[in-house]
Amino acid sequence: MIMKIKRLVTGVAVLLLLLQVSCDSGPKESSKSQPVSKAGSQKAISVKGSDTMVHLTSSWAEQFMGHYPGTQVSVTGGGSGTGIAALLNGTTDICASSREIQGKEKELALQKKIDLVEHAVARDGLAIIVNPANPVAELSLEQIRKIFTGEYANWKDVGGPDLPIIVLSRESSSGTFVFFQEFVLNKADYTPKARLLAGTSALVQSVAADQGAIAYVGLAFALDAKATVKMLPVKSTDGAPAVLPGDETVRAGKYPIARPLYLYTNGSSSPEVKAFVDFCLSDAGQKIVTETGYISVK
Amino acid sequence: MWKDKAMRLLMVSAASTSIFLVALIFIFLVKEAAPFVLTPGLRALLDRQWIPVSFVQEHFGILPLVTGSALVTGLSMLFTIPLSVLGAIYIAEIANPVEREILKPFIELLASIPSVVLGFFGLVVLAPLIKALFGLGTGLTALTGAFLLTLMAIPTVITLSEDAIMSVPRAYKDASQALGASDLQTIFRVIIPAALPGIIAAIMLGVGRVIGETMAVLMVTGNSALMSWSPLAPVRTMTATIAAEMGEVSFGSIHYQALFWIGLVLLAVTFILNIIAQRVLVRYGMMK
Repeated sequence: MIMKIKRLVTGVAVLLLLLQVSCDSGPKESSKSQPVSKAGSQKAISVKGSDTMVHLTSSWAEQFMGHYPGTQVSVTGGGSGTGIAALLNGTTDICASSREIQGKEKELALQKKIDLVEHAVARDGLAIIVNPANPVAELSLEQIRKIFTGEYANWKDVGGPDLPIIVLSRESSSGTFVFFQEFVLNKADYTPKARLLAGTSALVQSVAADQGAIAYVGLAFALDAKATVKMLPVKSTDGAPAVLPGDETVRAGKYPIARPLYLYTNGSSSPEVKAFVDFCLSDAGQKIVTETGYISVK
Repeated sequence: MWKDKAMRLLMVSAASTSIFLVALIFIFLVKEAAPFVLTPGLRALLDRQWIPVSFVQEHFGILPLVTGSALVTGLSMLFTIPLSVLGAIYIAEIANPVEREILKPFIELLASIPSVVLGFFGLVVLAPLIKALFGLGTGLTALTGAFLLTLMAIPTVITLSEDAIMSVPRAYKDASQALGASDLQTIFRVIIPAALPGIIAAIMLGVGRVIGETMAVLMVTGNSALMSWSPLAPVRTMTATIAAEMGEVSFGSIHYQALFWIGLVLLAVTFILNIIAQRVLVRYGMMK
């Protein structure tokens, strides 16, 4: 399945490249406001941004192209910040973002006269994962905060074995990094000892290999890696029941570490872009959300 | 006549293109880094913490990154120097032509492995090995990075050291042997001292190669900006910081400027290393 998507995405990318090259002599002036969308009869739109969402957006793109054969959708990751920057610079039609656009970016959009439109298209739970050999059965938000800020350095501080905690995190460029810092660490800094890894799969692999490791990853990734890592139920307060992340618990707001996922578009963009966003929000689109391990907004 | 002149002009411009480009790059780096001097001021770079994204207080101290790079580079040289110098001696002085024909292409092949492939090898093979060997929680350490960098530095240092050893005049060797010195004595008392400046220059260039390497260290060193001299601690190097953070930093921000300062420091270090290597070579007549 993933291979198929990857092949598809590469294929689309190559096609897009050819398309761009072949119509390079075409209307260059308009390319700034409406990137690559007016290329002959074949319409092309690009989605760029969050690595967390790549899985989801490529599935959408695949299905969308099945419904609208005249439109090519290309999907690239790179991180939420990268996607937002690309949207502001006019190099992508749609930006996928796992965090809300921030003040500075909004100002920039105003300057560049880009009419940012926000679409909340899915929700995502952030799973706390540990090594399967780790006997700790649950953590409270407070304990998670203390672990990631370095206050707790040993698993015995949270009722586990006498084993140093290895804190793993995404790089600071990740939307997930910022979200986790803001809402779980209450805006405190990560411990300087946290190892920053590039990409979610590196996190999952390290947690699977290292007994004392702990990390946060998107729910879809944690479910994919169920065989190699252990998801921990999380208590929102000390007295509250511990809740495992899942479709129901996230949607009902019982699981405390969840966030909306967004698509951002330029208000004055092409009808194809609008069709794509509408498709993502449609029943068919939301079904894909659930299938790929995210939580639908409906 | 005009043809000669035109040709000359063409060649001069071709030869100066790279200098021109280096100058442009330098100007660009300085231009982007410059506003940092006013706010928050250069003192901020001397902070002992690198916390570029924070809701509390950002810190742009490049010291932990400098020590990180230094630690990884130093460790890797610890492995590179004996391996390369001994290897070069063997290839230049002892190996028979057949052995040399086999060894040399393979060493050069090592140089052509993309560093991201080496990094992957490090992540999947080397890190678990180091973890098991030292009983650590995780194998993402400075030592792991140093091992990988050793693989990258070896081709440079071996090839250049071998050149240096080869360029020792034949007469030295003959004279030494005529005086009754054994092969070993000849190599360590005559040839190596004569080739030493060249070997030192080779090591310098190896250091330059290692300190600028990015991808492999980004993948295996754990990237925690800690100030530590332990080989088993995770480190964050200057190059890895730029690579990991430049992609998403907002243009013109203080964080962006700080990254350019790291670039400037890196450039200065490699520049100085190269100059020293060249000086050594010229001084001892190994390069004109």
